[in-house]
Amino acid sequence: MTTALPDSPTVPALDKALPAARRAHAQAVASGSVTAALGVLGVALGLSAVFGAPRHLRIGWLLPLVGVIFDLGPLGGFFVAATGAVSIAVGIYAVGYAQREHWARFPLVMLPLFVAAMLLVPAAGSVTTFLLAWELMAAASLVLVLSEHHRAQVRSAGAFYAVMTQLGFAAILLALVVLSAAGGGDAFATIAAGSGGISGGTRTAVFLLTLMGFGSKAGLLPLHAWLPRAHPEAPSPVSALMSAAMVNMGIYGLIRIDLQILGPGPHWWGLTLMVFGALSAVFGVLQASVATDLKRLLAYSTTENMGLVTLALGAATLLSSYGARQVAAMAMTAALLLILAHAAFKTLAFLGAGSVLAATGLRDLDKLGGLARRMPGTTVMFGIAALGASGLPLGAGFVGEWLLLQSLIHSPHENNTLLALTMPLSVGAVALTTGLGIAAMVKAFGVGFLARPRSAAAQAAREAPTSMMAGMALAAAACGVFAVAPAALGPLLKQVLAALPTVGGNEAGPALGAYLRLPGIPGSMSPGLIAVALVVAVLLALGLGRWGLRHRPAAAVVPLWACGADSLSSKMQYTATSFAEPLQRVFDNVLKPETDVEVTHFAESQYLVEKVTYRTLLADPVEQRLYTPVVGAVTAWAHWVRRAHPGSVHLYLAYGALGLLIVLVITR
Amino acid sequence: MSWIAKIGRVGRIVEPADDAPATTVAPPTGVGGSLQLRHVDAGSCNGCELEITGAFCSVYDAERFGARIVASPRHADGLIATGVVTRNMHQPLLNTLKAVPEPRVVIAVGDCACNGGAFARGYGVVGSVADVIPVDVEIPGCPPTPAQIIAALRTVTGR
Amino acid sequence: MSATTGLAVLATALQVLAVVAGAPLVVGGMRQVRARLEGRAGGGIGQPWRDLRKQLRKQQITPQGTTVVFGFAPAVVAGTTLLIAAILPLIALGSPLDPAADLFGVVGLLFLGTVALTLAGLDTGTAFGGMGSSREITIAAPVEPTLLLAVFALSVPGHSANLAAIVSATADNPGQLVSPGSLLAFVALAIVIIAETGRLPVDNPSTHLELTMIHEAMVLEYAGPKLALVEWASGMRLTVLLGLMANLFLPWGVAGAHPSVLAILIGFVAITLKVAVLAGVLAAGEVFIAKLRYFRIPELLAGSFLLALLAVTASYFFATPTN
Repeated sequence: MTTALPDSPTVPALDKALPAARRAHAQAVASGSVTAALGVLGVALGLSAVFGAPRHLRIGWLLPLVGVIFDLGPLGGFFVAATGAVSIAVGIYAVGYAQREHWARFPLVMLPLFVAAMLLVPAAGSVTTFLLAWELMAAASLVLVLSEHHRAQVRSAGAFYAVMTQLGFAAILLALVVLSAAGGGDAFATIAAGSGGISGGTRTAVFLLTLMGFGSKAGLLPLHAWLPRAHPEAPSPVSALMSAAMVNMGIYGLIRIDLQILGPGPHWWGLTLMVFGALSAVFGVLQASVATDLKRLLAYSTTENMGLVTLALGAATLLSSYGARQVAAMAMTAALLLILAHAAFKTLAFLGAGSVLAATGLRDLDKLGGLARRMPGTTVMFGIAALGASGLPLGAGFVGEWLLLQSLIHSPHENNTLLALTMPLSVGAVALTTGLGIAAMVKAFGVGFLARPRSAAAQAAREAPTSMMAGMALAAAACGVFAVAPAALGPLLKQVLAALPTVGGNEAGPALGAYLRLPGIPGSMSPGLIAVALVVAVLLALGLGRWGLRHRPAAAVVPLWACGADSLSSKMQYTATSFAEPLQRVFDNVLKPETDVEVTHFAESQYLVEKVTYRTLLADPVEQRLYTPVVGAVTAWAHWVRRAHPGSVHLYLAYGALGLLIVLVITR
Repeated sequence: MSWIAKIGRVGRIVEPADDAPATTVAPPTGVGGSLQLRHVDAGSCNGCELEITGAFCSVYDAERFGARIVASPRHADGLIATGVVTRNMHQPLLNTLKAVPEPRVVIAVGDCACNGGAFARGYGVVGSVADVIPVDVEIPGCPPTPAQIIAALRTVTGR
Repeated sequence: MSATTGLAVLATALQVLAVVAGAPLVVGGMRQVRARLEGRAGGGIGQPWRDLRKQLRKQQITPQGTTVVFGFAPAVVAGTTLLIAAILPLIALGSPLDPAADLFGVVGLLFLGTVALTLAGLDTGTAFGGMGSSREITIAAPVEPTLLLAVFALSVPGHSANLAAIVSATADNPGQLVSPGSLLAFVALAIVIIAETGRLPVDNPSTHLELTMIHEAMVLEYAGPKLALVEWASGMRLTVLLGLMANLFLPWGVAGAHPSVLAILIGFVAITLKVAVLAGVLAAGEVFIAKLRYFRIPELLAGSFLLALLAVTASYFFATPTN
């Protein structure tokens, strides 16, 4: 029975609001389910391509001259399946998130389109199809990043992202066009067959250009700056898709073009990949450990993980170019495992951050806190993601990192100075990223979710709706599988490895059973057994703690010890900035923070202070030291070139005639 | 490295221990030989603090009888309070005692803590420690010597 | 299950029991060494055991505003340490958990415990808890890579990262202990063990001044049984790390993978002696050092990281060929 309420200027009449709410609900459900359904399709298609026969499809009429060719092998199938799995979780999550955040119709429509474009990229079988799918993916992601375009920061982040994406695309375009011209065809199969005849100079050019273009998409240094700008401003399901699925496309491009099609490369290819990977990993995790914006922290963590994956790829390439194919297979398996684990825990982390953002409106860790009591489910989910990101045992990322370290330390270094120098440095880099990664994740989880709320918005938080929790639970289940039962991935990894003969694919990789055994090397690990043993040990410790139980007085809940004061205000807690301040001091030569302290005195007396304002800014040093000079140089050059455009029509006609003459001469 | 020679030369400087006095207060929790105390200065002139410091240093070494000063009242079995209770320290003293887990003891050191001493009727004074919280052991003196402090501690630790 | 596997399991159980029972004695012994060198009498080796028994009988306190993280962190720290005690080849080499976790797993478990305690310090929501957590993490960030690199340097001769293999390789080939890689690794390992267990010059375990605390500041809010577990776990971590150090560099006396009862007893006596000696040397060294200013500790740890990196490179270039 409805009661007639008077119309007020601020509250719309209930009878007008209900159908709109129902419509929004229906639209969100539709968008989310289509995304999830596309994800299921992707997983099915990808797995069938990995375990079954590769699939070919040619649609001649879709594009003039070359047509559209789809060619899904085990490698492409792996990435399609990974993207699909991420999309399922994100799709279910988006049902609730879109309603909570009142998404307009356009982002709801673009979300499944974005997923579809991402599924097309690994399936592309020719240069043209690849570039087409790549641009579709980039355009869809740009539109989604600009979902909240009424905010100025979103617009500037979107512009930055657009420029960098197109610069990367230009590099990829150039590389693939050169490759296609040298390889004698448009289809990847044709190029791969003819790759023996490509000259060394062309291969180098293609390698460097693809490293630039695909590396930028994957978030590697120095072209990573779009990641920490675009991810915080994009809606959280989109950030999850971008970080957990789209950056994988950069890695896919590197593997497909440089490792699979161009075949075994010289030593310096592997070395270059390792150098860029290690730099990205260390820089990314360092920035993450001092970031106070939750999503910026997660974005830099993506740079770190993609750096580790690239390091593993580089190690595999370098080792196989020296003939150590078994160890190269181990490194490649580690890279694939790291990609999957990263997809799982990064999805979960961004979905958790989105849940927090939807509940509090805050991304700033300095203002969050106390969410463990108000949002217990989200806290558990984010805790699982943080554990996975930190690379500790029982986390999703542990097995991949373990395998990577094992492959690095078992490289054959006798009589090989290059390996003997690079492998210890790489192990040092990986170990350093693990240490700093722990700091970053402890900060994100401890400051953001534990203790007491640092602001009124955090205090008013309430738990996320069921669909959001369901999406997160799916990602958490994947994290759990990677943490304790990576044996489930054994067959998948074996098949994909077999499709990469140039990085040791013919050799047996590590055996992934109940124990992970290394082939031909004494080394084994069992994450499942560690988990069980740890649970037993913790129970034993709890039992030790119960000794003397009968002598104890009754338990009590008491106020915090405030050093004698009556109570502690929430402002007395450590914030994320203060937590990371010692680390920032240690690395301040790299981070170059800008601090500004402003002291306001009372008008009556210069000796009494009324207010002190402290401002600190941690900009991306690569942006400041590399991009700004480059952009300045390009702008100066552009101003100089403007002199050739005075506005005279006669001059422009002369330019046109000259251009036509040059074209005629060249094409003779 | 002349320190090693010096350590050898100086040797043991701790005073020999007397016989254990009778236990007047049962050790908290019934485990003898372990007493951790949180020191609270409720308004003292610091004379008793110097003597307590002396009691825990190398010459008197209260630690060999199981007593120790700890930083947090949560880690402590009780308070060792000095000084008369001033108005400003009244509530903090109560808060500190509340933060100590049961079972707990309170030891009042010095005349000021026992009965107000020289400051008994001051305008900023609430009273002696015994007026504010229940006291288990009193050590009179202005200030009491470290030997007296240790004798009193031993009546609690039983060692 | 054959008799020798049963004995291996028995040796592992004995290891864990010895660590549980012996950790307070190690702490007490170190305090006694310091006391005697300072001219005092000290509380006796059994003082930490008395303190533990007393703390276990005190009231269980839950501070307002804390969550299960605060409540379970002591058990997690103690549990990870117990698991490490079961994995390490302290008395015998044939622990059933040895194939399950190698040195990377052990280091990871160690830091799982550190992370649990750090989160508990943040969970209290007090200023000192946060301060202790922040300092602990700033130290843990360089300590973990150095620990990994140092033990990795030791694993290069044996071609394996499983600890039993490293220990038996060193026992079979003692000459490599004086190689540059091993010596550098020894120094780096000593520094990180001091940093990880919170001893001088990194952290003063007996300080009362909160602004000088690192580990203590995180546990200021714990009382009674939870405090007992935390203190116990700290002692166990120290014991376990000293035992690891002892068996990596002085592996003689460790029983083999299929030990006999006599070998187990010899292994037990050997590890007890080695840990006692190392603890005594550490305690005696502490008498001569003052605590470093907090912001100099990262310099010390960066130095040890470089030493460990050099150790790995040296062990690559100067590896003595093993069979």
